[in-house]
Amino acid sequence: MTLYILRTLLKMVLTLFAIITLVFFATRMSGSPLDTALGDGLSTEDRALMIEYFGLDRSIWHQYLAYLRGILEGNFGLSFIERRPVADIVAERIWPTLQLLGSALALTLVVSVPLGVVAALWRDSWIGSAVMGLAFIGYAVPNFVIATFMVLIFAFSLNWLPVVGNGTAWHFIMPTIAMSGVLIAALTRFTRNSMLDVLGQDFMRTARAKGLPETVVILKHGLRNAGVTVLSVLGLQIAGMAAAGNVVVEAIFSWPGIGELLVSAAIMRDYPVLQFGVISVAFAVVVINALTDIAYVVADPRIRMAKG
Amino acid sequence: MTATTHIPSRAPFLLTLWRDSNVIQKAAALIGLALVLMALLAPLIAPYDPLAQSLISRLRPPLGFERYKDGFYLGTDELGRDVLSRSLHGLQLTLGLALAGATIGLLIGGSLGLFAGLRRGWAEDAIMAAVDLQIAVPFTLLALLILALFGSSLTVMICVLGIAGWEQYARIVRAEVRKITELPFIEAARASGGGQRYIALTHVLPNIVSPLVVQFTLSLSNIVILESTLSFLGLGVQPPTATLGSMVGYGRDYMPTAPWMVIAPAALIILVTFSVQILGDWLRDRADVRLRDR
Repeated sequence: MTLYILRTLLKMVLTLFAIITLVFFATRMSGSPLDTALGDGLSTEDRALMIEYFGLDRSIWHQYLAYLRGILEGNFGLSFIERRPVADIVAERIWPTLQLLGSALALTLVVSVPLGVVAALWRDSWIGSAVMGLAFIGYAVPNFVIATFMVLIFAFSLNWLPVVGNGTAWHFIMPTIAMSGVLIAALTRFTRNSMLDVLGQDFMRTARAKGLPETVVILKHGLRNAGVTVLSVLGLQIAGMAAAGNVVVEAIFSWPGIGELLVSAAIMRDYPVLQFGVISVAFAVVVINALTDIAYVVADPRIRMAKG
Repeated sequence: MTATTHIPSRAPFLLTLWRDSNVIQKAAALIGLALVLMALLAPLIAPYDPLAQSLISRLRPPLGFERYKDGFYLGTDELGRDVLSRSLHGLQLTLGLALAGATIGLLIGGSLGLFAGLRRGWAEDAIMAAVDLQIAVPFTLLALLILALFGSSLTVMICVLGIAGWEQYARIVRAEVRKITELPFIEAARASGGGQRYIALTHVLPNIVSPLVVQFTLSLSNIVILESTLSFLGLGVQPPTATLGSMVGYGRDYMPTAPWMVIAPAALIILVTFSVQILGDWLRDRADVRLRDR
């Protein structure tokens, strides 16, 4: 098992390294930072300073190594627009994003686990089909369309909810729902499928044969076992989906988080911010994936044994 | 295996497909067909030039509302352009971009997967490492970076959409190729002197068409969602050209006074993703049944 954990961690580090490399070369491929960022409005001294700062007179490999060294030393560069360290700008945005992610994940769990169980138990009746139909809708409708219609109805027509910002609890409602739509759809499907797998197992029959009430059988023996799979899915698939959804939803509701920062940096072409933002969100996703992987192996004795 | 013998039907493929479908699938197929026709015929059926502005008929509501202007059935936008005409042309561009993106993804991912499955060794390891990397990083983020770096032109957008789904094709093709190359008929082909390329093209490729068709359909809906999301954020194709997503994005500013600017394109997006996804699921289920029947 130690070997497996080490291998997962090594793979994580390699992935992170590959992401940094990819982002660096993608940025340089599009042109020198001098031209892309600042254009002509640069004095000769400033130009010299920039060349000095980015090491633009050296080879691309030299610049790459310097960039890597900067990252290791915690120096991620300055924002073109705000002229402040990129790390500071991103750091300010973390908490609002975590709040939104937290409420979206909570809503997702609360809604989709019961729905998934229900869909599995009544899979042949209309209830099961109705739940899966809802899950399908969640998959097929893009979250910005959900958000747009919600804004149209609840903000502009009924005047119930605020559209912009994150001041009060009311501000959380629409962004949370818009973000959760696709997550709920995905997790409901996964819960249903892993529940269906578990329902056919021998230990369920044993539990019933022992005379346990059906609720106990379903919740304690069924859901608990299905839960392991559900949680691993939450870490592996939902993390990536949440990161992508977060970008869109924050931009729509002007939520002062990382997603909104990334979109505005992309529109303003503030490359240092965009680079660091993309790298740090990708880092978060990759690290969560690796940790989930490890937790999954540690938690389940069957896999623990198999993977040595 | 069931006791009854399966008699292969003589009816054409599309007809059997139609006969085996349920109401929802039939509806999705018809809506999909209607959308494709609308997109193809957009220049013919659109009542106005989608770019023609008319300052005296700005922000007019659709048919049936007060201040409706005759002939502009779905109303007009902030520059007096016809929303119906713009939606039809937007639909055309959205579907065209999605098809182009999915095709590029299929070509890149398919050939890499084929190569990885046939070659094995370090080439396979390298390709699969790239697949893992693509899966690990949320693609929307990479798309933001690429569009910001290389500008939001039609070409860049097609490239972005093309890279968006290649890893799925690569994975599927590689897995299928590995499965098929174990089968005796490939060994026979090899024994009778067939070269690598010959085997790949004439024996392996025809056998993996069905999972590829399924994946192509499923990825179409993802690509439509990705494209319309990026365009919605203002990072897609630049105005005055519009896709459905960018129409919703720009219409957002006028939502309190002119919600029709947003509703028509948003409804079209939903229709597209719904019908494509239902068709994809349907094809996937059918492909599974086929496998079971074998």
